[in-house]
Amino acid sequence: MPRRRVAVIGVGFSGFRPVVHDQSFREMMFEAAMRAYEEAGIEDPRSEVDVFISCQEDYWEGIAIADEFAPEPIGGVLRPTFTVSGDGLQGLAQAVMLVETGHFDIALVESHARPSDIVDIESIYHLALDPIYLRPILPKNRHLIPGLDATAFLDAWDATLEDLALVAVKNRRLGLTNPHASYSARLTVDDVLESPQRAYPLTEAMIARLVDGAVAMVVASEEAVDRLGAWDKALWIMGTGYATETYNFEKHLWGTMPAARIAAREAMTEAGVRGGLTAFDVVEVDDRYSYTELLMLAEAFPGEDILGLHRRGETWPDGLVPVNPSGGSLAWGVPFEAAGLARLAFAREYLLQLGGGLGLVMNWRGPPTYTVAATVVGVEEVTSP
Amino acid sequence: MRTNIHVKNKVAVIGAGLTLFRRRLLETPQELAASAARMALDEAGLTLDDIDCVVVGTAPDAFDGIHFNGEYLADGSGGSGKPVVRVYVGGGTGVMIPIAAWWHVASGKCKTVLAVGEEKMSHALPHPQYVFAYIWDPILERPLQPNLIWIFAMEMRRYMARCGARKEDIAHVSVKNKRNALDHPAAQAAADITVEDVLSSETLVWPVNRLDISPVSDGAAALVLAAENIARKVTDNPVWVEGVGWTLDNTHWYNRDLYYPRYVEYAARMAYKMAGIERPMKEIDLAEPYDPFDYKELHHLEGLQLAPRCQAWKLAVEGFYDRDGELPSSPSGGLLGVGNPIAAAGVMKTAEVYWQLAGKAGKRQVKGDPRRGVAQAWGDLMQVGTVIVLGR
Repeated sequence: MPRRRVAVIGVGFSGFRPVVHDQSFREMMFEAAMRAYEEAGIEDPRSEVDVFISCQEDYWEGIAIADEFAPEPIGGVLRPTFTVSGDGLQGLAQAVMLVETGHFDIALVESHARPSDIVDIESIYHLALDPIYLRPILPKNRHLIPGLDATAFLDAWDATLEDLALVAVKNRRLGLTNPHASYSARLTVDDVLESPQRAYPLTEAMIARLVDGAVAMVVASEEAVDRLGAWDKALWIMGTGYATETYNFEKHLWGTMPAARIAAREAMTEAGVRGGLTAFDVVEVDDRYSYTELLMLAEAFPGEDILGLHRRGETWPDGLVPVNPSGGSLAWGVPFEAAGLARLAFAREYLLQLGGGLGLVMNWRGPPTYTVAATVVGVEEVTSP
Repeated sequence: MRTNIHVKNKVAVIGAGLTLFRRRLLETPQELAASAARMALDEAGLTLDDIDCVVVGTAPDAFDGIHFNGEYLADGSGGSGKPVVRVYVGGGTGVMIPIAAWWHVASGKCKTVLAVGEEKMSHALPHPQYVFAYIWDPILERPLQPNLIWIFAMEMRRYMARCGARKEDIAHVSVKNKRNALDHPAAQAAADITVEDVLSSETLVWPVNRLDISPVSDGAAALVLAAENIARKVTDNPVWVEGVGWTLDNTHWYNRDLYYPRYVEYAARMAYKMAGIERPMKEIDLAEPYDPFDYKELHHLEGLQLAPRCQAWKLAVEGFYDRDGELPSSPSGGLLGVGNPIAAAGVMKTAEVYWQLAGKAGKRQVKGDPRRGVAQAWGDLMQVGTVIVLGR
């Protein structure tokens, strides 16, 4: 039996500022959800939406059972609501599966972040380390493990510090056209290389900063898209994949991201995409550290000359494949578990403006995890059935 | 929402595993998860290579003291190199885990899913109750320094006042469940006690006595769920997931009448509709309602529509819910008898329904030929109901 077609038909943002001082996290959730419902044409989410998913983690929230606060702001009171302790793209994959069961038609997926509320972020990251083997010996520097991975990446893939700097130059520049990108800037390779070292080889300008933000998405079956007359705003979810490599560092393959390879392969297989990187019209991938943009692409498209494309400028918007034309996390920040949904939202915006095309979205959950989610999406040129 | 005729793929439970439930187990959370997962795979006759996807669950991260606790558990749960997701609805997580595993298979995304729940409460110092100090609204409630047992005492008091139940009536549930647990090999708090023992145990917050409450526990439980073609290769008599339902009520528990769990009713109605159940008391042969407190089993039986409102305590006193009664409730021994490692406890309840329906419950096997059972979990600020109906 063919699987049901599923689309994103409404997206809402809130925040995406270094400090959102005039809204609580619940107000941000509410704003994002209401904007998503408005775009999708949903008047009463309590009767029209079948399932509500919020993606969050207790320690980010500062609440021991954070899902208690999920239902009200997104319209999910006394409705099937649950949380995914994971990235928004993992939550999206759950929504897609729920619709594919045939039992649900419309889902809301939401995620939010308030890092500006966190007094001691390094201690939170430190609590993410294995309590027996790693926490006692590693210092409180969340960039340490990515620094080790970046060093191994340079060695394994014959990349240079200039390659890493060029990612930061590109993405921060591209963010200047994105109103959600608070950290965009015009930088040179030298600016990036000369900014303060955080964990060799990563300089401050190669590291995306945290941001307060929320993203919500309405996910609908093809029948619901038709019913709501939402063909012109449908971003079709053609394939989803996510994978976890390991949490035990002694098993990790430094300088690589096998989870990215597995997730991308799963998503592309489901979508039936057989071409390489150039099969896509837009790619939004994790760049919370500048090396991760290159690593994601290298893992997703093994055997392709990713560094060559990067060095020749083919990943700029006027190149062969625009990579992170939104500016990526380097320009708009890391809103914790909302990062994946933000990348998807920006890919949707790009493809809708293009009037059709294929996109790949990939997000890493960040250190010290090795979990990656991937989604292949498409906008059809024909905008009505 | 559509009815079950549109669900494309049938899903079966084909294996279950359970560690000992104990306080202060020496194994790490990863090791506990691995033990339960191995047992479930062995019962299903599968290996980790046969598993497509993994669903994990654990309740507050602060119990294990690990941020990204689902990531930490992924390795122990067999998730390395596979799609792993952690679903989370506080104490309701244990039944949410098999529900999530159901949609992984029902959607066609995965053919086999390993569903693992783990909890280690006992290494929260000085006591797990201190973790619960951080579950409250940080502005409106936390400054008042409430204690979780206080609000459950309020809820129990409300149930007693509204329904005319006495403490000794409610204590029958604790006596029943701890006695049932004497036959459970993993049980932590099995005992042959009397109503008098419950009433004379230490009062914690009136009307809650120490023997009205389940213990602090460590443990893990796991299930293997599979698509129909896999299930039929493993067994001639599969136990199917017939219905799932879950709801979250609002955060503001103090605005609700606490005598009745409407969130459980809504979740149950969702699951029953999917399973085609119209008269739950007639059509369900056994139940595993969530029983962290003895009054909660009664509360939840009413929410599950397995007793008229305010009548469950009377039926309990009459023996209606005994293991050899009309509608056995918590034949496993429940959380009061087997133990309450939160996310693992809900998986344990689902496993018990599976074992009962598969005829594998040994000395705990209920009488007759049970065809259909329901498991349920509850959590958060008295607001979550998660329900799964299994049948064959």
